[in-house]
Amino acid sequence: MGHAHEVKRYRGLMDWLTTVDHKKIGILYLIAGGFFFLIGGLEAILIRVQLWKPLNDFVSANTYNELLTMHGTTMIFLAAMPLLFALMNAVIPLQIGARDVAFPFLNSLGFWTFFFGGVLLNISWFAGGAPDAGWTSYVPLAGSTYSEGHGVDYYVIGLQIAGIGTLIGGINFLATIINMRAPGMSFMRMPMFTWTIFITSALILFAFPALTVGLVALMFDRLFDANFFNPDNGGNTVLWEHIFWIFGHPEVYILILPAFGVISEVISTFSRKRLFGYSSMVFATVLIGFLGFMVWAHHMFTTGLGPVANALFSIATMLIAVPTGIKIFNWLFTMWGGSIRFTSANLFAVGFVPTFVMGGVTGVMLASAPADFQYHDSYFVVAHFHYVIVGGLVLGIFAGLFYWWPKMFGRVLNETLGKICFWLFFIGFHLTFFVQHFLGLMGMPRRIYTYLDGLGFNNMNLISTVGAILMGLGTIAFLINVVVTSMKPRNASNDPWEDGRTLEWTIPSPAPEYNFAQTPLVRGYDAFWKEKMEGKNAMTPAEPLGPIHMPSPSILPLIMSIGLFINGFGLMYHQYLVAGLGLAITFGCMVVRSIKDDHGFHIEPDELHDKGVKA
Amino acid sequence: MSAHSHVDGQLPHEPEKATLEGRNKVLAFWLFLGGETVLFGTLFSAFLALRHQVGDGNPTSQELFQLPLVAAATFILLTSSLTSVFAIQAMHNNKVKAMINWLIVTVILGAGFLGLEIYEFYHYVHEGHGFTTSAFSSSFYTLVGFHGAHVAFGVLWIGLLIAQVFKKGLNTVTAPKIYVAGMYWHFIDVVWVFIFTVVYLMGKVG
Repeated sequence: MGHAHEVKRYRGLMDWLTTVDHKKIGILYLIAGGFFFLIGGLEAILIRVQLWKPLNDFVSANTYNELLTMHGTTMIFLAAMPLLFALMNAVIPLQIGARDVAFPFLNSLGFWTFFFGGVLLNISWFAGGAPDAGWTSYVPLAGSTYSEGHGVDYYVIGLQIAGIGTLIGGINFLATIINMRAPGMSFMRMPMFTWTIFITSALILFAFPALTVGLVALMFDRLFDANFFNPDNGGNTVLWEHIFWIFGHPEVYILILPAFGVISEVISTFSRKRLFGYSSMVFATVLIGFLGFMVWAHHMFTTGLGPVANALFSIATMLIAVPTGIKIFNWLFTMWGGSIRFTSANLFAVGFVPTFVMGGVTGVMLASAPADFQYHDSYFVVAHFHYVIVGGLVLGIFAGLFYWWPKMFGRVLNETLGKICFWLFFIGFHLTFFVQHFLGLMGMPRRIYTYLDGLGFNNMNLISTVGAILMGLGTIAFLINVVVTSMKPRNASNDPWEDGRTLEWTIPSPAPEYNFAQTPLVRGYDAFWKEKMEGKNAMTPAEPLGPIHMPSPSILPLIMSIGLFINGFGLMYHQYLVAGLGLAITFGCMVVRSIKDDHGFHIEPDELHDKGVKA
Repeated sequence: MSAHSHVDGQLPHEPEKATLEGRNKVLAFWLFLGGETVLFGTLFSAFLALRHQVGDGNPTSQELFQLPLVAAATFILLTSSLTSVFAIQAMHNNKVKAMINWLIVTVILGAGFLGLEIYEFYHYVHEGHGFTTSAFSSSFYTLVGFHGAHVAFGVLWIGLLIAQVFKKGLNTVTAPKIYVAGMYWHFIDVVWVFIFTVVYLMGKVG
């Protein structure tokens, strides 16, 4: 042990391009995901501006289709998922007492493939038109007959590249959580956020390959004249719906489960109570993950699968309300009798609970197949999924960001601005989407670029647009908060909320490169809280101080992703030399990675004191 | 922690699982194969949904498929799975030379399988069964082609590993690589068993 390998350490920009440190990759995910969140949010505002009055001509019908497609695609794949990966990267290794993820190199590769996939998708705006067949990209609309330009090509190729990154991330976190937990941390002692990420990663692993096949088939249809979805040559358009939703439904649980985890942590911490019903919470999470694969055809009730299929999928869908209800009551009972502190993080968490219940209730309404024939493709559906995704996931992400910001950056976000952000966003959210339930029930169809006067839609659409602007202002308040906070000194303590219960609060804020100078010994659920209750203010170490092995930084993930990016363009414009070159770059990097052993480097014990420990 | 902490020539019994890195790699590869199962499962579903959509005047699966050729390909690929087992056994017995030889046999058999598949595809195209002919043909070439691409990747990958072991020898860094490549090779074989059944045998009976 203790070989003195000379490893080049980069500084500045090169440090960020080559980093394999999960904490820095988390920040990269946060910046990139936040950037795409702003783009997707801007698209949403433009949609709402177009709809604020009847027969508006702010954007053309075609641009409107591009906006709604890119809003959905960007928000799901390029904003929500990366922001979750930001929290996963920032928190999971710290929560389980690990020094890094199982595969730091792959972690970096996952980020860069997501990033270049997202960039490729958005280049479509400047290359003759964005995809305009909806985020579900149903055929035959998305086929080459009805979508002639390159828009949908950008969709299929951009999402394939981004999807590789997501899949890699899922495998990485599964392996990390299974293999890298600190001594004593059994599965049933894992923090709830770690549990939800564990299940989410499993869902990613089993859902994303289906999407890949769907996208490949659609790409073959569009670029190489295959016949998967071309009815003239025996293709089947319903096949796309099945493939898309057998991915797409687990995808919404991939999004919401981590939010459940965040809420569990935040509510427990700020109620100063152990999470109520921890084991039932774990059970509910696993059950939701399992049932998530059994319900995809509830998106297809009106496709014509027949009464038997509709009845089965209807019942399976309603079953999901049971584990979800378990969670809701557990959060309520965690707050019950606790000494609750309404910090910004906890405001978002507490606001999440009733909001998500409303989305769940409309979900059960939609699960009833006969009723769904009325709701289908109306604004009722739009209201429902925004209640669960924005009211669920986005509130959860905000709660998580306010909660873990000090651990990521060493600075506590401003509480006053945080509360302004919460109230603007929360009120704006309900203004935007609550009225849309009624718009849908009155018959306003989704995905239309305008509507006639005199249908009774005018006032509610105006209210909805005002709400969207408030949400935009809430987001701006958050950005101002980030800027203001970053100008303050980096003075967050190890445990800035003072009621931290889990391992991430035992180490400095921000965490040092190696996370834990000594791997902690976990003696129970809420490991840090247990020590606190016994009058200690630190964990018992599970190992003596020694040299810490670290992986070397590498530029290869970036180059590999650029290779895929070039390959995508080559395929799209039928420049096969370019496509081959891109693929050669990627495979070449794989060969280099395989041949060159990464010995990493060691941080010696005497270096630990200067770096890690703060006054 | 360090991956190269063993004295030369004294490898532990299962060198692929001797380090945390090795254990992570083996576990993650099992998980990856889980994802690959979904990938091929979806391809199979698409093929099953479309396999009767031959179109007018195009050759049907009964006319196209020749079981002797496919049986030969199956025999070659299953044998290569056996030789990859011998390679892993040799690795566990620390017989580096035998391991390399068995890996070389595996690669040669894999390349032979690929040769037969390329001949088969070439033959089909001449029979009027091109990629764009029908929904049946598109889903056939995509499913079987995905498998073929996996074989090709495996041949190149194991080839690269042989060169590495030749240079660096067997240690706790190279052993997990060999082991997961063996897992990959078995997986490809299992997929082929399903292709043989679902595509060729079911295609022959109609």
